[in-house]
Amino acid sequence: MEVTVAWYLTLGAVLFTLGAVGLLVRRNPLVMFMCVELMLNAVNLTFVSLGDALGDLSGQVSVFFVLVVAAAEVVVGLGIIVAIMRRRAGATADDLSVLRG
Amino acid sequence: MLAQAGTVATPEVLWWALVPLLILAGAAVLLLTVASLVRRLPEWLPATWTVVAGLAVLVSVVPLWSRVQDEGARSFLAGAVGIDGSTVFVTALLAVAVVATALLSRAYLTREDLPGVELYVLLLLSAAGGVVMASANDLIVLFLGLELLSIAVYVMAALHLRRIQSQEAALKYFVLGAFASAFLLYGIALVYGASGSTGLARIAGYLSTSVLLEDGMLLAGFGLLLVGLGFKVAAVPFHAWAPDVYQGAPTPVVAWMAAGVKAAGFAALLRVFVLTFGSWSGEWQPAVWGLAILTVLGGSVVAVVQTDVKRMLAYSSIAHAGFLLVGVQASSDRGTAAVLAYLGAYTLLACGSFAVVTVVGGAGDDRHGLDAYRGLGARRPWLAGAFAVLLLGQAGVPFTAGFVAKFGVIAAAAEGRSYALAGVAMLAAAVAAFVYLRILVAMYLDDGSDAAEVDPVPWGPRIVLAVSVALVLFLGVLPGPLVDLAKDAVPVLVGG
Repeated sequence: MEVTVAWYLTLGAVLFTLGAVGLLVRRNPLVMFMCVELMLNAVNLTFVSLGDALGDLSGQVSVFFVLVVAAAEVVVGLGIIVAIMRRRAGATADDLSVLRG
Repeated sequence: MLAQAGTVATPEVLWWALVPLLILAGAAVLLLTVASLVRRLPEWLPATWTVVAGLAVLVSVVPLWSRVQDEGARSFLAGAVGIDGSTVFVTALLAVAVVATALLSRAYLTREDLPGVELYVLLLLSAAGGVVMASANDLIVLFLGLELLSIAVYVMAALHLRRIQSQEAALKYFVLGAFASAFLLYGIALVYGASGSTGLARIAGYLSTSVLLEDGMLLAGFGLLLVGLGFKVAAVPFHAWAPDVYQGAPTPVVAWMAAGVKAAGFAALLRVFVLTFGSWSGEWQPAVWGLAILTVLGGSVVAVVQTDVKRMLAYSSIAHAGFLLVGVQASSDRGTAAVLAYLGAYTLLACGSFAVVTVVGGAGDDRHGLDAYRGLGARRPWLAGAFAVLLLGQAGVPFTAGFVAKFGVIAAAAEGRSYALAGVAMLAAAVAAFVYLRILVAMYLDDGSDAAEVDPVPWGPRIVLAVSVALVLFLGVLPGPLVDLAKDAVPVLVGG
């Protein structure tokens, strides 16, 4: 059986869904970050396979932008987590509930 | 091949069009460099520097505006960046929000005894991201602008080191913001796959000339883009982060989130949906219609049951996003002009309102209950009077800029034959008025002799309040200038 672009797109959609569901279900902030990364990399896979299918370079170039932005995002996110963990070791998303209406 | 290697074709850059962006980014980088080299920076310098940069952008925008009006919209950098009336208009709004936020921040940081350079650097960078969003002519550039804007704001939300609420707000904002970015990006990927380009002009050209037999990928892309941008502008049902983040983040940062981030988010929505996907408006209008109804109603109704003024204003800002979506839904020049005018009025209203909240919050930034406002009219007549004008403006009472704004979007919806939407929006405006009245009643009719004392108003918030109240009243009586500017600011797409 030949592996076509549709396979890659499906894989991307599956990974994206896994990431999205994981983010909503898991409670550990670090795991939630990893889920965001999974979603972004699913998008990267989609970009690359679409770029290949269209014979267009910009799909592959986009991946570099996404990678750089994802790295910047993680730096900030980890900084915020460290700031929180310093005050409350082992905090999960459920423990963060000072703010509610 | 070798002979050609010496000359790399570089895309044309219109430097004059990049001046506001360069001022903001340059000011940020310079401030950060100087602050890390000089051991003790004078305390007043970072805020003054930021205010001067914001004012410089406001000045630089004037020649840009006349040039864009004379020569028409342009695109450059191989069609990735454009400049048109809406770019200049939104840049000016962002500059106003930067100046106001910097003035509030200085008073806030002094009161809370917090170190102060980072907030200003991040504010300037965030504004630069907003300008990139407003001038994006390519979906990837739009994404970069959005991330520059958002990542800076995530950190700004966490900047109050001694309040755990501040960090909790930052984490919530960060996780949901990153989630939204992933959706937006997936939408970009699918639109790219369906149309073969990420450039807005080429997508628009493709959509208006091609008949797609299988449009599933394109429609999924529309949907994901709408979800991503809906999160950023806090549209119901993607608003869950807004009340918590508004409540927890430092109050001047909330002013920036409400005024600046919303303006940039709607500039992006207009560019992507109304401008680029305009020829397919039949496909996305129903979705925006639903979002708009949910957002105006959800924001207004839930605001009624809040007891914390910051949360009330958060829900009211969600309701404002709903009104703005009513204008986006019209997908017409009139609707777009109404959205831009609304953004102009809302920038003033949000900056002014959060200036009051900054002052009343007191040391520790936690006196935000309705109780803190009881009897404010007797204790601080000027502060209460200014807040009253701004709240009436948010409610859309005639002779304030808020009325002009709400009237514009509802008229655009009615012109587009969305009568039900226009009706629901008016109903929601009436419900929302009840929220503002609750605060007014607390300020003027309750006895506040046992309420906590409110500190004297520092001069920063004083300037913000004076200017915003004066402009809200002026534009309410003479809406001509704002409406005319917004009309001339309707975005135009130019291919590269």
